[in-house]
Amino acid sequence: MPNSGFSVLLSVNNMRRLMIGLGGTLEIALLSVAISVVAGLFYGLLMTSKNRVIYGICRVYLEAFRIVPMLVWLFLLFFGSAIAFGTNLDGFFVSVVAFSMWGTAEMGDIVRGSLISIPQHQRQSGEALGLSFWQTQRFIIIPQALRRIAPSAINLITRMVKTTSLVVFVGVTEILRVGKQIIEFNMMTNPMASFWIYGFIFAAYFMVCYPISKLSKKLEAKWSY
Amino acid sequence: MGFDWEFVVSVMPIYGAAILLTIKIAVLGTLLSLLVGAVCSLLLYYRVKVAGSLVKGYIELSRNTPLVIQLFFLYYGLPKLGIMLPNEVCAIFGLTFLGGGYMAESFRSGLDAVSSVQLDLGLSIGLNTFQMIRFVVFPQALSVAMPSLGANCVFLIKETSVVSIIALRDLMSVTKELIGMYYNTVESLLLLVVCYLLILLPVSFLLIFLERRFRYAEFGV
Repeated sequence: MPNSGFSVLLSVNNMRRLMIGLGGTLEIALLSVAISVVAGLFYGLLMTSKNRVIYGICRVYLEAFRIVPMLVWLFLLFFGSAIAFGTNLDGFFVSVVAFSMWGTAEMGDIVRGSLISIPQHQRQSGEALGLSFWQTQRFIIIPQALRRIAPSAINLITRMVKTTSLVVFVGVTEILRVGKQIIEFNMMTNPMASFWIYGFIFAAYFMVCYPISKLSKKLEAKWSY
Repeated sequence: MGFDWEFVVSVMPIYGAAILLTIKIAVLGTLLSLLVGAVCSLLLYYRVKVAGSLVKGYIELSRNTPLVIQLFFLYYGLPKLGIMLPNEVCAIFGLTFLGGGYMAESFRSGLDAVSSVQLDLGLSIGLNTFQMIRFVVFPQALSVAMPSLGANCVFLIKETSVVSIIALRDLMSVTKELIGMYYNTVESLLLLVVCYLLILLPVSFLLIFLERRFRYAEFGV
């Protein structure tokens, strides 16, 4: 295949740059996921609150992220921060903040759902056995809750990785931008480059997301009762 | 710097046109997704030989890749193979590719919920395959799948926000343009959010209504 243009993917240099680009995207995703998981646990606990005001505020926060597209939130934070602070914040930083805020809301809802799905008699049985409050949490509630959280939480990771493809809009150097640069560089010598590069990026995202969503499905099948 | 009402009024037609474009892409994309999803799920349900495996592969592919990347491939990659689509068609096609996978999964969960007793009963009164789908399987599956189909609709409308990446003048690109030209950031962003709420709030209320309306199959559970 002398002229199919596939050679653009065989260049070590191009490959290395694409991988670094993908790494940049994944870095944002992983940072946001880590923050969301930790913050989401507390947010979920807060959402089980009996206090109507606290619950109401949490609910509005969650729905705000559900109803407004993520890209709009990115724009709001990216351009909004310029007005609020008078300087342009780095696209990378804004992206991590935006995705963490969204992830926290979604994670919180997952945690809340799992906590309230644990039947009251589990807690009462624990108390009847003479376990203290924390022992009940540690040995009865949390192990069961974790099993219910895990599949949806892992599914949320796939969603967050996919959504990080939006950072190209706020000027973060990630895989799409790197791909564009390679295509422009090879414009004259390899007109087929864009097919292969974008095809590769498509495949790369799939190879990252597919195993994670597969794992989520597996856990769901294993741990549902 | 006060709030510039004159600016808001003057750019309203631009936002209006952008809303119409977003709605057009979203409506066509969602309807086609529903169609693709329904067909795919039926192919899976009746275990059609080769098509079934193809559908499985398609569902995984569409659910595990972001729309932005799909659009880039469709719009900048495929023309190299001689397949050139105008950008609007490309956006609708991309949305359908993405949505078809999600809708198929929702329909499938609905189909799985139809009990085998129902199928036996249908057969025993002499219905053919088409009648079974039309009168027994589909109405019950639709009732179960309704909430998740609705969630997918909202998801797809939100996903249309990325179509500016293939040079469509939608709400996002209009906003970015206006911020760049006039520095009326607050006004532009506010209009952006209001426009999306104008589209999405009625849709979510409609879906809540439809969900209630479609609960007819919850008997004896």
